[in-house]
Amino acid sequence: MSYTDKFGRPLVAVTGMGVVTSLGQGKRDNWAALTGGRSGIRSIKRFPVDHLATTIAGLVDFLPESEQGATALTLALAELAAEEAIDESGLSLSNFGGPLFLAAPPVELDWRNRLALYARSERSGDWRSLIETARKTANRAYFDEGQFANIANRLADKYGTRGLPVTLSTACASGATAIQLGIEAIRRGECDRALAIGADGSATAEALIRFSLLSALSTQNERPEKASKPFSKDRDGFVLAEGSAALVLEPLESARSRGAKVLAIMRGCGEKADDFHRTRSKPDGSPAAGAVRAALADAGMAEEEVAYINAHGTSTPENDKMEHLSLSTVFGERMRTIPISSNKSMIGHTLSAAGAVEAVFSIMTMREGVIPPTINYDNPDPAIDLDVVPNVKREADVPTVLSNSFGFGGQNTCLVMAREPG
Amino acid sequence: MSSTDVVITGIGIASSLGLGTDAHWQALQGSPAPKLDRERFAPYVIHPLPEIDWSVQIPRRGDQRQMETWQRLGTYTAGLALDDAGLKGDEELCATMDMIVAAGGGERDTAVDQAILDASLARNDHGVLLNEKLTTELRPTLFLAQLSNLLAGNISIVHKVTGSSRTFMGEDGAGVAAIETAAARIRAGQSTHCLVGAAFQTEHPDMLLAYELAAYLQRGEWSPVWQRREELGGGIITGSGAAFLVLESREHAEKRGRKAYAAIGPILSGRARREGSGLKDALGEMLDVLAGRAAPALAISGASGAHAATRAEKAALDAYGNMAVRGFNTVTGHLKEAQFPFAVALAALAIHNAKAYPPFDAENERPLEDAPKAVLATSVGYHCYEGMGLIVEA
Repeated sequence: MSYTDKFGRPLVAVTGMGVVTSLGQGKRDNWAALTGGRSGIRSIKRFPVDHLATTIAGLVDFLPESEQGATALTLALAELAAEEAIDESGLSLSNFGGPLFLAAPPVELDWRNRLALYARSERSGDWRSLIETARKTANRAYFDEGQFANIANRLADKYGTRGLPVTLSTACASGATAIQLGIEAIRRGECDRALAIGADGSATAEALIRFSLLSALSTQNERPEKASKPFSKDRDGFVLAEGSAALVLEPLESARSRGAKVLAIMRGCGEKADDFHRTRSKPDGSPAAGAVRAALADAGMAEEEVAYINAHGTSTPENDKMEHLSLSTVFGERMRTIPISSNKSMIGHTLSAAGAVEAVFSIMTMREGVIPPTINYDNPDPAIDLDVVPNVKREADVPTVLSNSFGFGGQNTCLVMAREPG
Repeated sequence: MSSTDVVITGIGIASSLGLGTDAHWQALQGSPAPKLDRERFAPYVIHPLPEIDWSVQIPRRGDQRQMETWQRLGTYTAGLALDDAGLKGDEELCATMDMIVAAGGGERDTAVDQAILDASLARNDHGVLLNEKLTTELRPTLFLAQLSNLLAGNISIVHKVTGSSRTFMGEDGAGVAAIETAAARIRAGQSTHCLVGAAFQTEHPDMLLAYELAAYLQRGEWSPVWQRREELGGGIITGSGAAFLVLESREHAEKRGRKAYAAIGPILSGRARREGSGLKDALGEMLDVLAGRAAPALAISGASGAHAATRAEKAALDAYGNMAVRGFNTVTGHLKEAQFPFAVALAALAIHNAKAYPPFDAENERPLEDAPKAVLATSVGYHCYEGMGLIVEA
């Protein structure tokens, strides 16, 4: 058996996976819901929704940290996913011994803490009173909340990852970028294991408002479970969501030699930035198409070898149209018959976590031989001629998957995964 | 010497000292004096940005309006680096150029936030208050002007760097990881040329607040980075600034006939436990490894002034008695994510000019007459993460 790919680089195996979404905690619950076509989108209860245009989200509301702000929840989500993944890999939970790549949302001092500090301050009418109170209060938890290094630092402490952990953001492609950094580190021979995590618990009122102001969110609040409808004609925006996923990556050779179960192979990754606009894609879809092609080239795979596409599929008018265009550019006529589905129809858009969450679901799709559906596909967009695996799961032999992640700021990252080393 | 050696072919730097490599080199001759603003953010002293004509690097007003100062500063400085490398406007090479940006968060709308804080004193339904104010008063595009990865996004839009775009977050350590990763990719043949750097704009209350939540700033007066006083606070004095580098494989640079400033040697990074002598020991071990490769005569230190971290770094550096140290935060202030990129830029300039900088703090730094053949660049995070690397002759 060969442990290297056709370019002579070490093959990268996935030996552990963990996931949390609004559908539940852990792979088993998520998979049951996902293949059952269940939605995790609900009316928001966590904070008041007065004055908000969008009042639905895919929140993770079942954790003790769910009410403790974006940083606490993002950390908890990352931990749960990491524990499930490391546990499955059979590696040490306290001395992981490889680098950590964390995709996480940008952080800020939470409003409730900002307000609490100000209430305690002596003056009003100037930011100086807030800073002065902050200094005197010296509340370590408040400080941590505003430090971008904090979550990864805590994870590194807990799991004993090696070296300086990388926290990254490529917006909605972040989760895929975390995996890509892990793949590259292993190919460079820097490590014999890496932990890639995408985690996002930042669905605060302000986050919702910011995306609303950009007209990015669905306002179909009446039936929350029906709001996320990728590739449908009446789609009107994405549904903000929370979640996390973790993957343990190893050179195939060391995974085999320690007798670990190999869940899948990370065959390739590709990226291409878009210089057109801050939130819109180049009209010809060439950057996204470029990312797909780069991922296939990196995987050493021909277009014909892609058996299934895990779509970025956000349910915004713009994304789904552009994703269709760019995929059609790459795959041509065959694109009409390649099954493609969007997990976001059920879990919403988990932002920084999405690329990692969807990589886990992609690997489960290959392993289980079942493609999760695109739900809410009741009113197809005639301009998007795709086999979206409408509404009901499908049994299929899926040896390979292409997973797309596109984000604001011109971010396009694609992953190519395979069931077997090939 | 190898075809995949990592060489620096373009440098863009901006700080209170000026704009670009020449302005910095000149400003740092003689006995460099810091440029300070003691009033605007009193009791905090800061090193402010100089006047910048943004249109020099960001010609479209529309693009300028879409960015807050931090993004403009980064986009501007990235343009300086591309210009310097002879790559500005080279569509083909920019379209295949990789990019890693170390970024924090952007600037919130101080007026909107203050209005919410003030209104909160008179009512208890804070959740509703937030919704009310934020839905009506936030500028829709402000989100993008704040978003960490949108500095890279703007560089793509303005300068057409589109090979790839990655943003690392995590204060000083993100700057270390950005350069370390970019260099490792080039060395391994995963990339041929990469724009890497960071920008930090301190002239915003939230930027100071982030430090003061753990009382990291020095208040009331300025002093050199090695002379910060415990009774005045946490020891950090901040500055606005940015540093971007164009890194290339030696082969890539030679093919297009570019001379390099310097080469990037080994870079080490870590996450030392900071209790006891943990940090000093970890830095000492890194130094032992690096000095074993090429004994650096000069160190460009990114010590922040934060008391514990700065003491540990000074002790580790002092153990190498033959090395002249320059703590550049004395003259620039702490540049957060841009610390390590800035240190590497200053180190590369010293190699290129075959001359060390005069002491930035004559009481604590000794002169060095010899031309440095290898320069150490350090960045020890004020709170966590640390790294250092050797910059050597190309």
